[in-house]
Amino acid sequence: MKHAFAIAMVVTAVPVWAGEVTPSSVSFDEYGAVTESLTGVTGDPENGAKVFANRKQGNCLACHVNSDMADAPFHGEVGPSLDGVAGRWEIADLRGIVANSKKTFPGTIMPAFYIDAGYERPLEKFSGKSLLSAQQVEDVVAYLMTLTEE
Amino acid sequence: MRTIATVCTLLLVAKGAVAGEDAVLDIEGETFITKTAAPAHMENVDTIFSGWVFRTDETQALQLDDFDNPAFVFVDQALDQWDTAEGSAGKACSSCHEDVSEFEGLKAKLPRVENGELVTLTNLVNTCVTERMGAEEWSYSGSKMSGMTALIAHQSRGMAMDVKIDGDAAPHWELGKEIYYTRVGQLQMACANCHEDNYGNMIRADHLSQGQINGFPLYRLKNAKINTTHGRFKGCMKNIRATPYKEGSAEFKALELYVASRGNGLSVETPAVRN
Ligand code: HEC
Ligand code: HEC
Repeated sequence: MKHAFAIAMVVTAVPVWAGEVTPSSVSFDEYGAVTESLTGVTGDPENGAKVFANRKQGNCLACHVNSDMADAPFHGEVGPSLDGVAGRWEIADLRGIVANSKKTFPGTIMPAFYIDAGYERPLEKFSGKSLLSAQQVEDVVAYLMTLTEE
Repeated sequence: MRTIATVCTLLLVAKGAVAGEDAVLDIEGETFITKTAAPAHMENVDTIFSGWVFRTDETQALQLDDFDNPAFVFVDQALDQWDTAEGSAGKACSSCHEDVSEFEGLKAKLPRVENGELVTLTNLVNTCVTERMGAEEWSYSGSKMSGMTALIAHQSRGMAMDVKIDGDAAPHWELGKEIYYTRVGQLQMACANCHEDNYGNMIRADHLSQGQINGFPLYRLKNAKINTTHGRFKGCMKNIRATPYKEGSAEFKALELYVASRGNGLSVETPAVRN
């Protein structure tokens, strides 16, 4: 049972727990920022770093250089370097960018990590699912807030 | 936004050129066109590059000498297949075609419209297999078909891609263009996001090319076999977590015509080598 649960966690997006903001009810301001925490639980930067690097989760390194992870191979260059990103944006901005960057950067190639609808021809197993869970978004944002060094 | 995109493209073009600056694709004394002015129908790109330009020195080197090019094992197998009778008519390709070299030039013009239908090289081969040899259709990206289409396309190596996009080809080309620019999958990306907006950039460990198909069918180190155009389209669509169209479908044939047209002017490199 425990095993089956662990697999379900990996394959499907994590279920929405009570008290969480669902992907369709996230409230963005006119610049794309999200003030309210998606979970009410403080983000864990250590887990956020893992989600950031994991190819099946954030895979943020696919597109962004991040000197804080200089040991990890292959940083992409599709997006800007995230060095010092905490100095350029407020936490609400970063939450909005991770949840749905298209609200901040219209037309961007960066995927929206906390939406679950509006996909064209998604693979069946990802249909109706968000790329990250609400807590994973909070964890990644907490990690981004540690990137203060240019 | 437009300005940013343009600046990016300029930077990227410069970068692409640097990557391939010293690299000249020269095989057995023949120099290939791996970089040239984009065809007039391309709106956002000035210069087109072969995917070869973006590969590492080691991968590039494998294509410089046919003895080092692992694809030729499969091309040689296809030459055996060429003489092998199959089907109820008891015929081989060589029963009707004197020499495979008679197909010189064919690949550079494909896909094309015949009797109102868009046909690929694979379709043409399968017409012979089923109607003239009386055999079972070969699967679209199976080893027999990928080898045979590599052998036939190889006859056009060095010739410039030159597919027709107007007249009766136009509706197919328009469909292909629409697919190329439509964002699909959970990652909501279009072919253009990677291969038009970001060629020259690294995406994790991959150096993004323009996604040209002038080298197809081609050998990939990744799976050590000949890979087809539609197989590659399928792979890219799955990577963005989109449901791919079927190999041989009207959609992928239209996309093949459109992508081929973006490479008009580049030399056919079949069989190319990629990672
Ligand atoms: C496929 C590429 C891609 C992926 C994957 C990606 N990004 Fe981005 N990101 C971009 C691009 C491109 C921009 C620049 C916005 C624009 O103009 O399109 C950007 C911008 C940003 C910014 C603003 C940076 C600044 O200094 O202005 C942040 C923060 C960010 N991304 C974080 C992330 C995080 C965290 C992840 C993973 C959870 C991620 N990105 C995944 C492409 C990507
Ligand atoms: C997320 C980024 C991404 C998207 C979107 C994408 N591709 Fe690719 N594609 C790649 C990568 C990475 C490679 C391998 C490196 C290279 O050649 O660019 C590749 C390779 C290719 C190649 C092989 C080029 C060669 O010379 O070997 C073709 C053809 C291609 N893509 C076509 C397409 C088409 C058509 C689409 C849309 C259906 C598409 N790609 C969507 C990332 C992408």
